[in-house]
Amino acid sequence: MSTPHFDYLDRLEAEAIHILREVAGQFERPALLFSGGKDSIVLTRLAEKAFRPGRFPFPLVHVDTGHNFPEVLKFRDSLAAELGEKLIVRSVEDTIKRQRLREPGGKFPSRNPLQTYTLLETIEEFQFDACIGGARRDEEKARAKERIFSVRDEFGQWDPKRQRPELWNVYNGRIQRGENVRVFPISNWTELDVWRYIQRENIPLPSIYFGHPRTCVVLPSGQLLGLNEHLRLDETDEIVERQVRFRTVGDSTCTAAVESDAATIDDIIEDLLSAKVSERGATRLDDNISEAGMEDRKRNGYF
Amino acid sequence: MDLLRFITCGSVDDGKSTLIGRLLYDSDSVSLDVLAALENRPTVHGTVDLALLTDGLRAEREQGITIDVAYKYFTTPRRKFIITDAPGHVQYTRNMVTGASTADLAIVLVDARQGVVEQTRRHSLIASLVGIRHFVLAVNKMDLVGNDEAVFDQIVADYAAVADQLKLPQVTAIPISALLGDNIVARSKNLGWYTGPSLLEHLESVPAFEEASIAEPRFQVQFVIRPQTDDYPDYRGYAGRIQSGEYRRGDRVHILPSGQESVIEAIEVDQQEVESAAAPQAVIIRLADDVDISRGDSIVPVGSQIHVAKELEATICWMDERPLWPGRKLLVQHHSSVVKAVVSAITYKVNVRTFGRAATESAQLNDIVGIRLKTASPLVVDSYQQNRATGAFILVDELSGDTLAAGMVDAMQNSFVPEPLGFTI
Repeated sequence: MSTPHFDYLDRLEAEAIHILREVAGQFERPALLFSGGKDSIVLTRLAEKAFRPGRFPFPLVHVDTGHNFPEVLKFRDSLAAELGEKLIVRSVEDTIKRQRLREPGGKFPSRNPLQTYTLLETIEEFQFDACIGGARRDEEKARAKERIFSVRDEFGQWDPKRQRPELWNVYNGRIQRGENVRVFPISNWTELDVWRYIQRENIPLPSIYFGHPRTCVVLPSGQLLGLNEHLRLDETDEIVERQVRFRTVGDSTCTAAVESDAATIDDIIEDLLSAKVSERGATRLDDNISEAGMEDRKRNGYF
Repeated sequence: MDLLRFITCGSVDDGKSTLIGRLLYDSDSVSLDVLAALENRPTVHGTVDLALLTDGLRAEREQGITIDVAYKYFTTPRRKFIITDAPGHVQYTRNMVTGASTADLAIVLVDARQGVVEQTRRHSLIASLVGIRHFVLAVNKMDLVGNDEAVFDQIVADYAAVADQLKLPQVTAIPISALLGDNIVARSKNLGWYTGPSLLEHLESVPAFEEASIAEPRFQVQFVIRPQTDDYPDYRGYAGRIQSGEYRRGDRVHILPSGQESVIEAIEVDQQEVESAAAPQAVIIRLADDVDISRGDSIVPVGSQIHVAKELEATICWMDERPLWPGRKLLVQHHSSVVKAVVSAITYKVNVRTFGRAATESAQLNDIVGIRLKTASPLVVDSYQQNRATGAFILVDELSGDTLAAGMVDAMQNSFVPEPLGFTI
């Protein structure tokens, strides 16, 4: 028998579809966490491959911090409508009011840590037993340690020392009441893999991924932050007009832009191949707080 | 471009994390910001500690050891690599099994000053048990033994005895220094007497994925797709992944364990009908007949030598702190199929030093033992020797949900191989 050739993207895709279908088969109330960023957009494409002509066996869920890029929210809504799938949005704003949480302070007030509260509330509200996310192991060293099926306790906490062994492609999603499983179907993909897949599948993306002129604040680190109404600027802050794009899409208060003329996905891939700085290193303001920043947040229930 | 998954194994301080750090660093796969973070850390030798690239947990950095499996990625123009960095400590053997279960190749690291030690044997045993085909004996820290060829030759000879006992199919020995980068990406003048490939050259040229495509066709249903919409009122598709071999439209198939027969009416990939599909593709299969099929059932061509069994003999690695005693009731998860089972006997324990078998009453954490298993409903299995996909299972605690063991089917008792019904549909 001749051996058909599958390249690495075919294999990563097959693995991810298999994982999505295991979620559908093993859980009663799963959800797909959908931010409108490239990784979760790829997840929706994979879900189409896994479940069409049927509907997705889970809703799309977005935890909206209130600091999102408007272009991304618009894209989120239009994609959900186009897919004909249910979109649930829960807002950090509401959680802050309800739980009387303190708004973040500082010049660049990141609501990122507060997302965890809203996520856990949402999980409880809908009794989600599995939450699918687009996190990748190449993003950060603590994520490199996480299983594809990551069991969290009723507080959403991750305990890296008590992870289940994950053998072959047999995924054990058995949990007790109150626990949930975070599932990462594209764990084994890198940033470049995601872009090559977007290229191959011709997947539409929000406009902020492509080079565009934007008014930016220059941070002390030299990073550029798009000017927005949530920032608390000083008179000495340098405001510049630059041609930029975003490598990752988080909150507008903690996601830096990179200078780029890239107009197409091919250009972006060219950019990436010569990039010397990692995705999170280039763009995220919140991981650099401490060496174990991500690990600590994950322990507390962060995605 | 294809994909190779490999695992690094060896004893603590043999330099596994340094080796991976070196592979990433020398293949230009480490970003400047990640390096800068490392350079900010004080080190013993005054140089960047490449091991810190993989030890991602706070406790690992504090203790300077690898506790859990980490996955790292790099790409060369020839291949994409997924590295599984598994811990060397004896108490984390279960994590080593976890890492090895998905690997195509194992790099067994040996410290040139220590030679073959107990952990070398233990890890080689585990890697061979889980069916890894390609082995690299990487003799590390050659710089600390004066790059002496005789030291290398002696270790290769010692390991040949291990390879012989375990019947390892292919072993390539390479002298290296992970710390200095000798023979990692490029061949080093320091080891001029060595004429073979560098580690990376070897990793780039090893053939990947032979097994799954030559094995008999196997497919297990993960999810039944029934849209029940106006466009698709009667659609029933069986979604799953081809575990091995190739399926074609028109194949006569058995649905197991029930034994019903039907014909493949269509194979769909991304909503397109295709003539054939092969492992590891995720597909939807539609059948010509309205048969009763649910998650966990297998669809295999008529004439397959697959077994339907309720009694199994298996080798397991016990991964729970509480020991296993005969009579224990638990769950067997065989991919998408979960059935209740009882461990009716523990037949032997493998001595990881001698590879010999001895009688045992129980299995303790990290033990590798033979068991007999009776299941409440039939499983559709091959021996692990025959098929790495359909011969593997895990044992699960019914109450806590914990994964208790990795299991590999050795033999089936009182099983049957489904026969064709003897008429044409």
